[in-house]
Amino acid sequence: MSILVIAEHDNSSLKQATLSVVAAAKAIGGDIDVLVAGENVGAVAEAAAKAEGVNKVLVADNAAYGHFLAENLSELVAEVGKGYSHILAAAGTTGKDFMPRAAALLDVAQVSDIIRVESDDTFVRPIYAGNAIATVKSSDSIKVITVRPTAFDAVAESGSAAVEALDTVKDAGLSTFVGEEKAESDRPDLASAGIVISGGRGMQNGDNFKMLEQVADVLGAAVGASRAAVDAGFVPNDMQVGQTGKIVAPQLYVAVGISGAIQHLAGMSDSKVIVAINKDEEAPIFQVADYGLVADLFEAVPQLEEELKKVV
Amino acid sequence: MKVLVAVKRVIDYNVKVRVKPDNTGVDLANVKMAMNPFCEIAVEEAVRLKEKGVASEIVVVSIGPKAAQEQIRTALALGADRGIHVETDEEVQSLEAAKLLKSVVEKEEPKLVILGKQSIDSDNNQTGQMLAALSGMGQGTFASEVVVEGDKVNVTREVDGGLMTVALNLPAVVTTDLRLNEPRYASLPNIMKAKKKPLDTTTPADLGVDIAARLSTLKVEAPAARQAGVKVADVAELVDKLKNEAKVI
Ligand SMILES: Cc1cc2nc3c(=O)[nH]c(=O)nc-3n(C[C@H](O)[C@H](O)[C@H](O)COP(=O)(O)OP(=O)(O)OC[C@H]3O[C@@H](n4cnc5c(N)ncnc54)[C@H](O)[C@@H]3O)c2cc1C
Ligand SMILES: Nc1ncnc2c1ncn2[C@@H]1O[C@H](COP(=O)(O)O)[C@@H](O)[C@H]1O
Repeated sequence: MSILVIAEHDNSSLKQATLSVVAAAKAIGGDIDVLVAGENVGAVAEAAAKAEGVNKVLVADNAAYGHFLAENLSELVAEVGKGYSHILAAAGTTGKDFMPRAAALLDVAQVSDIIRVESDDTFVRPIYAGNAIATVKSSDSIKVITVRPTAFDAVAESGSAAVEALDTVKDAGLSTFVGEEKAESDRPDLASAGIVISGGRGMQNGDNFKMLEQVADVLGAAVGASRAAVDAGFVPNDMQVGQTGKIVAPQLYVAVGISGAIQHLAGMSDSKVIVAINKDEEAPIFQVADYGLVADLFEAVPQLEEELKKVV
Repeated sequence: MKVLVAVKRVIDYNVKVRVKPDNTGVDLANVKMAMNPFCEIAVEEAVRLKEKGVASEIVVVSIGPKAAQEQIRTALALGADRGIHVETDEEVQSLEAAKLLKSVVEKEEPKLVILGKQSIDSDNNQTGQMLAALSGMGQGTFASEVVVEGDKVNVTREVDGGLMTVALNLPAVVTTDLRLNEPRYASLPNIMKAKKKPLDTTTPADLGVDIAARLSTLKVEAPAARQAGVKVADVAELVDKLKNEAKVI
């Protein structure tokens, strides 16, 4: 068995999620190579080489991959990947974009968003917003898989794999990068933060999210949101937690003014400890909360900030 | 320009899903079915492009059992012009759906193909990307804005770090995210009119596509239930529990 892991990164640093994907690859077993595709990715390749269990890091450094355009990346991944038994990437928006395209170029199915490895051809994944858990077996010669990073513990960074440059340049000529609006934040990354505090429609407006940010700053937490809060324009889209947003599984998740719709639960119910603050004692979020506080958030959240300052 | 929209029949998103006792799947008997919510957004976007004079004709395709015609009729009532039903009672997975759609695309030659980003049953998030690959088109996935300009389409995409805009040559594939638009409801007169709109039926065999599944489902289980915890009286008790009982702060 030989496994190709596609690194997730931003051209300057390796995303933590990649280390979880390598862990999934180790669970499958076999030689693991990592492909780093991007522009000026020397530092990323070095970081990938340290991931424990990695045999070799292949580097495709070219402007064609600088913005991770799926049309170009998928051609590269299909060509490099055809010599492997498995191709794995994190199920973030980049992996979700290019991996199915690479799978189609290879004429194989994709197994999306796995949370467990049963054997080299059998994987476990949530369906129906996590209301059911399916065990699926692939009969394809190459298994193309996206991995839910929160479901696998990151490997250590103690390795020292060889780094090898690739000179294949794939530019499909179908798409060009126009621009981006990055949400800038000094807080930890939502998907990998140890503590997440999220607000919902109950927050009433974007300004009120400052209350959550202040609590987050005390705890070193990331701030998330429900779809309703994003749709209403309180906060940007990349803060959405749920079936169709980000999947988080922190040590502590605090849901404030969130009712607990199944689509929201799909994104956070694997958190170790869940706290809900809601003024409606019947809110479904209390059915999954370890600690529930029935209270008006506009009173409870400032109090929470004060109490936390005393103890952390 | 012609726009093709793919719509899938799925369990209604409000229905509480139950796993069958024999662990072979989820119980779909007598359950309310509907158009996948992301496909509703796809239909709405096509209709808006037509209202702006950008699209000239909207063709809607669904792959599935006879009953999938209900979702095609819904799309016709929302403003699509014509339907194509690829009829099969077999399970159709994303790669095979993409191959069927590719063959429809070859016949219809649309300039833009709009799909949902994700089916809320399989949660696959694959078909649009696979169709784009097989048809040699560019892809604008997870779209929150679609602007057609001449022979290009600019797609703003919802990505992990924020928003990203790409320009694609036409023809191209777009998959919809939640913020692209808010779908309208069909009016009664439009529902009546939709009954008279053309709906052609074809089959995977007619389209020459092998739909044999590559992935087999060995079992489907209910997720481990989370125990409901305790209610705390006030913020002080909450912080005490987090610190001394759960030890997470
Ligand atoms: C296809 C599809 C995909 C979806 N994907 C997602 C997803 O990824 N993520 C997601 O979150 N949702 C998703 N949804 C939406 C989901 O169904 C719910 O509509 C949404 O999660 C509701 O958000 P909310 O809990 O903030 O709002 P509401 O359901 O309106 O709840 C607001 C809560 O705030 C409480 N509240 C109000 N004021 C106060 C106050 N002063 N103090 C304390 N509590 C207060 C209320 O009691 C209520 O419980 C999706 C829906 C569909 C159809
Ligand atoms: N059986 C089908 N019939 C029509 N469209 C489909 C079908 N399956 C998937 N699609 C389209 O592909 C999108 C993504 O589906 P998926 O890749 O299964 O998550 C859906 O929102 C539809 O637009």
